[in-house]
Amino acid sequence: MDALDLARWQFGVTTVYHFLFVPLTIGLGVFVAGLQTAWHRTGKEHYLKLTKFFGKLFLINFAMGVVTGIVQEFQFGMNWSEYSTFVGDVFGAPLAMEALLAFFMESTFLGLWIFGWDRLPKKVHLATIWAAAIGSNLSAYFILAANAWMKHPVGYEVVDGKARMTDLWAVLTNSTALAQVPHVVGSAFVVAGGFVLAVCGYWLLRTRAEMWRSAARAALVMTAIAGAVVAGTGDSSARLLHEQQPMKLAAAEGLEHDTQGAAFTVVPGIEIPKLLSLLSAHDPGATVQGTEDLQARFERQFGPGDYRPDPTVVFWSFRVMIVFGLATVGLSVLGLWLTRRRRPFPAWLSRALLLALPLPLVAVIAGWLLSEIGRQPWTVTGELLTAASVSPGVSLAEVATSLTLFTLLYGALAVAEVVLLARHVRGGVEERPPAPAAERREPSLMY
Amino acid sequence: MIELWFVIIAFLWTGYFVLEGFDFGVGMLAPVVSRTPAEQRASLQTIGPVWDGNEVWLITAVGAMFAAFPAWYAGMFSGFYLPVTLILAGLIMRGVGLEWRGKVASPLWCDLGIVVGSALPAFLWGAVFAGLLFGGAPAALLGGAFTLAVCALHGAVFLALKTTGPVRRRARVAALAAAGVSIPIAVAALSGLGTFPALTAMAALAAATALTWRRREGWAFAATAGAIVLATVAVFMELRVRPLPGLTLAEAASGEYTLTMLSWIGLITLPFVLVYQGWTYWVFRKRVQVAG
Repeated sequence: MDALDLARWQFGVTTVYHFLFVPLTIGLGVFVAGLQTAWHRTGKEHYLKLTKFFGKLFLINFAMGVVTGIVQEFQFGMNWSEYSTFVGDVFGAPLAMEALLAFFMESTFLGLWIFGWDRLPKKVHLATIWAAAIGSNLSAYFILAANAWMKHPVGYEVVDGKARMTDLWAVLTNSTALAQVPHVVGSAFVVAGGFVLAVCGYWLLRTRAEMWRSAARAALVMTAIAGAVVAGTGDSSARLLHEQQPMKLAAAEGLEHDTQGAAFTVVPGIEIPKLLSLLSAHDPGATVQGTEDLQARFERQFGPGDYRPDPTVVFWSFRVMIVFGLATVGLSVLGLWLTRRRRPFPAWLSRALLLALPLPLVAVIAGWLLSEIGRQPWTVTGELLTAASVSPGVSLAEVATSLTLFTLLYGALAVAEVVLLARHVRGGVEERPPAPAAERREPSLMY
Repeated sequence: MIELWFVIIAFLWTGYFVLEGFDFGVGMLAPVVSRTPAEQRASLQTIGPVWDGNEVWLITAVGAMFAAFPAWYAGMFSGFYLPVTLILAGLIMRGVGLEWRGKVASPLWCDLGIVVGSALPAFLWGAVFAGLLFGGAPAALLGGAFTLAVCALHGAVFLALKTTGPVRRRARVAALAAAGVSIPIAVAALSGLGTFPALTAMAALAAATALTWRRREGWAFAATAGAIVLATVAVFMELRVRPLPGLTLAEAASGEYTLTMLSWIGLITLPFVLVYQGWTYWVFRKRVQVAG
């Protein structure tokens, strides 16, 4: 165990943890904005109640997304100073743009939304939640553009041992990013939809109030559509892997040798002939490269070393992602069908909807493990090894201290967050939400 | 271009210290100036709508350092590893405390997180920048004491400006006490720099004290903000020559292309940010009343 191992653990722990909250922020923000818009359009009281109810859950979660996100931005410099120095010229630009274009908008307008119910005109107040939600989604784009560059670096040259950006547009329209953004943002909407479904399932088992039915239907539609986007872009991601990151694809499939007309391994022992070639190259006869043959080629190209990612984690995370993701989408499609034309939610369906919370979360985490562990041993594919990225001056004790501190703090906060969310879910909607400014007698300037 | 980006980064850090400076102060002092839960709520509500937006100044400053001066960013945060870890832990506790305190059964833990999470970064940022300039524990302690005291003063003046009744009165007393502590520390900390902005920062602190005494809270807040601006400028004037031991700005800087692109992006977006953040302060410009 050395500082490199612990730094990798710290990155894994803090990033996976951060990403438990991020998808809810991305998807739930838009959902709450949609509810408030529905209230605005129809004037129906229950949409306002739902806006406030899900808004509160959104804010509890949002806080965690923000504070765990700050750690991410510092962590590159703290634990990965060699990486930061090498990539900053390229990688820093989308991060700076994320802060300037997305985070300012998200946090400022969310502050206005939270405290502005009585102070802003109704329409302006509605606009603030949309601005915050758009900010969250923009941030996803910039950070994914930065992440995509690590897997498929474009628009740069290496000068004096450092990457120098030559084309910002190429970085922002990296084919890997363009495939990844809808895939990840779509999965965020699946997670958020699943969260809403689980909450609605809980309440549909206890009450027949129309409002939970309408919220659940809306979430079913959102989850099904987002799920279709995720599945579709998953297919294009597989094709990009074939071209750009063949090692990851080979490890995800457990394919050891270059194979023409490669079969898709469902689980070890069960194979579907030619499907892998068909999926990755859209040609059943295409050659898919295998890990061992790639290893030999990489050794010739980059010198001695092991260029294979952990085969077990990559292989199984791929399958967990697909199974759990498809299960969520299947559940939402089934739910839509069973409740079509105002049919009531059967009790077993409401119970099954409770699963819509954990299922997609497991899928997205597995997806990230596949994506990032599959990139190993590189931080920047073909340019910089993870082992060469770590901060040389940071000691094992220092990384151990910060890893311990963050893990303890994150663990305590996870418990608190779950307790807090559960309490507010059980508390249900407020029966008499405070009337917004426009409907009050006194002028809105009365603070 | 390198000089321009150094100025932009200094600007972003200055904005961060001015804005989050009073957030930190309010976070530390809310329990001091409040006697009842309603007063505590009102005290924290003065920063409620704005603190998260203020914190984005830090995210932007650090992101801009990463993009424009990667080696500076990497060297600074890996070099001050443990203080930065504690700053992050503080910001986590504080952020969660501020967002959750209205939603929990008993806000005790949240309030503790807010106090610790405000005081810890307020102290450690000063320690980190003093360490960057001078190195060594005594300088870092003095720098930390300076930022802690000035944040307390800045926050107390802000509380006096944004509240009414007993909270406002106690905030004024707290501000005068904080001023009494800050000025000697400022003399010790800033005279070491000796430059014109460092000396005027001391004068601004003295002016803030006098204005607080005379209950000119708006002007007092302008004076503490001015003192923070001047002190930050003084620090960055030193960093311009030597951002890190053994590193020059030119060595740390990104290429001409990246800096040009970033300049255009900053030029286009920053005015919008300033306008809508300013608008937030305008919307919430009234003093916060204690409920009930």
